[in-house]
Amino acid sequence: MRASRAWSSVILCVISVLVALMPNVALADATVIGGEWRALTLTVFAAVIGLTIYVTYRSASHVKSAADFYAASGSISGLQNGWAIAGDYLSAASFLGIAGLIALNGYDGFMYSVGFLVAYVTVLLVIAEPCRNIGQYTLADILAYRNDPKLSRIFGALSVITVSTFYLTAQMVGGGVLVKTLIGIDYEVSVIAVGVLMLGYVIFGGMVATTWVQIIKATLLVIASIVLVMLVWVPYGFSLPDFMADVVGDPKVQARVAALLGDSSTVMTPSELGQRFLEPGLLYKMPVDQISLAMALVFGTAGLPHILMRFFTVHDAQQARKSVLWAMAIIGGFYVLTLILGFGAAHLVGPAAISAVDAGGNMAAPLLAQYLGGGRDSFWGNFMLAFVSAVAFATIVAVVAGLVLAAASAMAHDLYVGVLRAGRQVSSGQQVAAARVATLIVGAMAILIGIAAKGQNVAVLVGLAFAVAASANFPCILLTLYWRRANTAGMVAGMVVGTLVAVGLTLVSPNLTYPLQKIAAANKVLDAEQAKRTAIEAVLQNPWPQSESLIVKARAEQVALDKAIRLAQADIKKYEGQSRSFMGLKEPLISLKNPGVISIPAGFLAAILASLWIRDERARAKWSELYVRQNTGMGISKSVSH
Amino acid sequence: MADVKDVDWDAVMADSRFQSLRRKKTIFLWVLMVFSMTYYFVLPLGAAYFPHVFQIKIWGVLNVGLLFALSQFVVAWAVAFCYERRASGQFDVLAKEIVVAFHQQEPRR
Repeated sequence: MRASRAWSSVILCVISVLVALMPNVALADATVIGGEWRALTLTVFAAVIGLTIYVTYRSASHVKSAADFYAASGSISGLQNGWAIAGDYLSAASFLGIAGLIALNGYDGFMYSVGFLVAYVTVLLVIAEPCRNIGQYTLADILAYRNDPKLSRIFGALSVITVSTFYLTAQMVGGGVLVKTLIGIDYEVSVIAVGVLMLGYVIFGGMVATTWVQIIKATLLVIASIVLVMLVWVPYGFSLPDFMADVVGDPKVQARVAALLGDSSTVMTPSELGQRFLEPGLLYKMPVDQISLAMALVFGTAGLPHILMRFFTVHDAQQARKSVLWAMAIIGGFYVLTLILGFGAAHLVGPAAISAVDAGGNMAAPLLAQYLGGGRDSFWGNFMLAFVSAVAFATIVAVVAGLVLAAASAMAHDLYVGVLRAGRQVSSGQQVAAARVATLIVGAMAILIGIAAKGQNVAVLVGLAFAVAASANFPCILLTLYWRRANTAGMVAGMVVGTLVAVGLTLVSPNLTYPLQKIAAANKVLDAEQAKRTAIEAVLQNPWPQSESLIVKARAEQVALDKAIRLAQADIKKYEGQSRSFMGLKEPLISLKNPGVISIPAGFLAAILASLWIRDERARAKWSELYVRQNTGMGISKSVSH
Repeated sequence: MADVKDVDWDAVMADSRFQSLRRKKTIFLWVLMVFSMTYYFVLPLGAAYFPHVFQIKIWGVLNVGLLFALSQFVVAWAVAFCYERRASGQFDVLAKEIVVAFHQQEPRR
């Protein structure tokens, strides 16, 4: 119980830091939650965090062996694991991000969410069961089965650490910004709070606690979404066409479409503008970008280390299959709900009000919750907002915990036990100690990177994590499991080429910030200002008003123009005197935003060619064993009982 | 139960029951995988190259694109259901037969 006592003092520290900061936050920038509702917000946060801490406390005493720490000794059921996978996957980016994408861009946002579910078809059909049958704790376990164990562990672990760090940084920075926007706690403090809480869960509770935190958070997330959807949809008697008709008929939505389309919208009627919200092309302009993104999503998920790791926590392949089926039911159901949440937020709150708080739209769901509860000044409005915010906070902590556990297992199990101390006996106690130390290192790193990356454009990192997972991890795992001639050389080549191509293409892509382009775009907006203003004035000042719709549109254009001018001025100030991107480039070398369409085939090709070129007796000799085991699960119990 | 180390993996691989499982599984997985990927990639391809088809209104303001995107969820679930039925009903049974048969044999030295 020593661990749990230490644990409770950690919690007390975190909560007292939060409480101590509360009085100051009223002075911070405008936040979504009003000052007088802080006590309520804090209570809801404490309740949600307290629940997860209680579970960690309960599970802390069960963590004795490496199998407990990394894989909960295979004791998680298929249903529980399904919820935990959903919890791992529905990160703040997908929960808040997708609702926001739909609220701001309509159809394209929804189309994006479809890929997240379809990704699990790949996981279900070719990855989950074989991985459970072959692996033990980590991605590298699968690769090391046939290929050279040392090289497999080094390259597998490096890839896991790379992918996890990209994803982790995006979560830490995104989470810090989110908590600051929602409740006004300083960015640095919220990054540290997320880091410390997460470390508490992982170090004391290992995989058991991490799993339960995911389950609790996923359950709360689904409950919150169902409540919001009910409130939005009941007035329409659950009729989708009636609800959508109101969305497209909303002047706020029509104004948003007009702003997105710019000049080409002048010939459209308001009802055409509204209908356009349900049609593709408002967000994704380049077809190849859409396809590239779709590829990275559906193949990348199967290579995400923190998702793969979840399959080692169940007893056998049948339970792994059941986990994916439950996860697909939960994740799919959730994304269908976001359709209503996103369009509901667009209709009830309005795209302009959402992007005013956060340009990326991340506040769509929280603002919708506040509106549905009764608005900014009501108790229930603020209670619902606090609840959604607390769930978002728990989401960040939980996803970060899963990622840190994956990276730490690669460090401790693959690099330390598997490579540095290869061939020597490492006791179970030493393994757990190594795992805890690795967790501490990764966690401290996450906090430092989170603080260092403050204010950076990190959205690109999530795409990059999926791209590397799809281009390096996925080809290597797939070929190792299914292709007789795959071998060590192919695995190394696939990992190296897949990662380098994905990262390299991203570094020269338009995703990075190019100061010259920003300044040029801003100047263009400023130059066009006068002509646009004159045109708008002409419509508004017309003594014989033509039609109601023209005036509505002119007003919307005026608002959009004002905002564009403000942004342009801010950009010019921000980028003055700079001329090169992070990579020292004046302009992007390629127009592709997501590298998937090139890097995924490149990873596969490298793995296949190198396998054919260089012979590897071990990989050939082990093929029958691996293939029989991955299909039948023979000898699987060896993986869990130690 | 014999230790896994004693299993003659090449013998299992060559066994007709395992080959039959392998054949059935490979065909089934390829069909499902190709079908679901094709169905999914029609969505971004259609949105990019056939927007005028996606714009056709079918049910009130709901258009082809929106209903097609919603159908992706139904199809993904149907593929999962289909796989589950076949895996539990056939693959698991065949795999179990093979495991039992080879574990009952005397360990070869």
